[in-house]
Amino acid sequence: MSAHSINAPSSRQKWIAGSLVVVYALVTMIPLVWIMLTGFKSPADAISYPPKWVFDPTLEGYVNLFTTRTRQTQEFLAANPPQHWADEIVRQYDMVIVGPSKFGERFLNSVIIGFGSTFLSVFLGTLAAYAFSRFKIPLADDLLFFILSTRMMPPIAVAIPIFLMYRNLGLSDTHLGMIFLYTAVNISLAVWLLKGFIDEIPREYEEAALIDGYTRFQAFRKVVLPQAATGIASTAVFCLIFAWNEYAFAVLLTSATAQTAPPFIPTIIGIGGLDWPAVAAGATIFLLPVMIFTILLRKHLLRGITFGAVRK
Amino acid sequence: MAEIVVQNVRKEFGDFVAVRESSFTVGDGEFFMLLGPSGCGKTTTLRMIAGLELPTSGEIYLDGEEISQQPPSERDIAFVFQMFALYPHMNVRKNISYPLVSQGMPRAQVREKVAEVARILGIGDILDRPVGGLSGGDRQRVALGRAIVRVPKAFMMDEPLGALDAEFRERMAEELRALHDRMGATTVYVTHDQLEAMQMGDKIVVMNNAVVEQFGTPQEIYDKPATMFVADFIGSPPMNFLGFSGTLASGDTVAELGGHQMAMPELRESVAGNLVFGVRPEHIQLVTDGSYRGEVLATEYLGTTQVVTIRTPNGEVKARINSDQPVKMGEAVGLAFNPATVTLFDEGTGRALRSSLNEGVLHG
Repeated sequence: MSAHSINAPSSRQKWIAGSLVVVYALVTMIPLVWIMLTGFKSPADAISYPPKWVFDPTLEGYVNLFTTRTRQTQEFLAANPPQHWADEIVRQYDMVIVGPSKFGERFLNSVIIGFGSTFLSVFLGTLAAYAFSRFKIPLADDLLFFILSTRMMPPIAVAIPIFLMYRNLGLSDTHLGMIFLYTAVNISLAVWLLKGFIDEIPREYEEAALIDGYTRFQAFRKVVLPQAATGIASTAVFCLIFAWNEYAFAVLLTSATAQTAPPFIPTIIGIGGLDWPAVAAGATIFLLPVMIFTILLRKHLLRGITFGAVRK
Repeated sequence: MAEIVVQNVRKEFGDFVAVRESSFTVGDGEFFMLLGPSGCGKTTTLRMIAGLELPTSGEIYLDGEEISQQPPSERDIAFVFQMFALYPHMNVRKNISYPLVSQGMPRAQVREKVAEVARILGIGDILDRPVGGLSGGDRQRVALGRAIVRVPKAFMMDEPLGALDAEFRERMAEELRALHDRMGATTVYVTHDQLEAMQMGDKIVVMNNAVVEQFGTPQEIYDKPATMFVADFIGSPPMNFLGFSGTLASGDTVAELGGHQMAMPELRESVAGNLVFGVRPEHIQLVTDGSYRGEVLATEYLGTTQVVTIRTPNGEVKARINSDQPVKMGEAVGLAFNPATVTLFDEGTGRALRSSLNEGVLHG
């Protein structure tokens, strides 16, 4: 071993590093765990003080999240025995389920708009990044700066012009309108991130493919794309997280048709008192898609998180 | 296989001229070297033949067909890159079969061809390995395999040995040459290594500053350089240049350097002004008598030969002589030049003067 080689960490160093990671994980995980637990509490347990770590789990929050209910008279309840387990849960408050809530629909809107805009951002971003990386484009530097400059203010600063514009264009409260909006916000991030990744891929690979009898587009698809997978995956995660969590524009621009889950979840509070378990259940379900998406792509993310600075 | 004719090809990148009107012909089945220092335009020329760059003007003919504006995929020319450019997300077999897959060849036939190429290159045992963990030599063989598998009209090689260790280079150079002789394929090979060029090439083009300086067999380039650049670039140590001024007429066989008569091949043109008397180190003998004398500055022992540096009235020269001839530092020695191998240059343009030696070799 030379004097410059990096020594393997000692077991003591490993132990300290490991403990720090555990402590950090605990601190950041507690709110998440609390929300997930609250989703399974009864309304009384949810607001009890001191907070309960041990409680009888119930699906009440989830039932309330997905249904609309109404209070009924004792005679009606006696005449109509409960149909299934969810019915039984609401009967303890003299209620019956009268139909599904809007949550499913709002959640679906979030999925359509979130993944739709992520796909569009990454798709357009990859093409643009490839063009900027490989071709001589007049004023390329100025164009890239212009693309970046769209990020130089908080997007909500242009809320009013966008609100007016969307009303005139008929894009208000439409899925397409929200997909376009989130794509517009994300595209600069996508172009810049992906350009970094594509710059790192040596041109010789494409040239080899051109020589091997492929067209420029085939070379892009079969040689560049697989190698840019890391960058594409991490860019997609960033785009999805923004589009998924976006609240302000969703409140402003959507209502009956295209409302996403973030503006909907707080409205649960208003239905029949402070229903914290239902809100927590909504938040938990809302978290899942991004979690699953990130876990699926984690292999790429580990390498992609350095923004293409490191190549194996 | 094919003949490649490059005619008045020019390439500009914005204001920068990478290649000035260049012309040469690569004969069918030749192993053809593009030689020059880095930045001289040799790689750009190679890339234009392959179609990776389009020439600004000029024509390139492959088997008589003008191809200079065709996309690379339609030229049927294979290219071996300096850094090999093996597809990192594919294993060895997929890399080699990739050009065949693009032609839509049936799978069974692809397998057969890949197996054959693997046998030729001796890489049958690594076919299913990923390319990431391969040694430099194996990567080189896979890159060659990808080039030869589709039996193209011609091969372009861009310093293919540049990324290899010195010890491995020699072996790969031999393998490459043997592979070429066996396939008889027209090959254009870029290198900045004059030894590699002399050792492997049937023909050499020497380029410098975007210009073709000379084009010919290794012997012609070495013995009959067309310019001072070629004379200096080829050979180690390079050709000696003795500067003098004078007036020479066509038919002269003697040049006068500082009052000494120097024999030379019969001149075929008249010239006056600052001239250069060029002689290779191995064409200088050290003699005890002799009117043209110099002082020994240094000797370098190289086994069978030694290189002696001598200060003369016309500048320092290096002589390569047998190592058994005793030479002492500071000693005054007489120099004798072999007149048949002398080349005269015009110092201003660097151009070789026409003489009975280089007749028929120089162009333009």
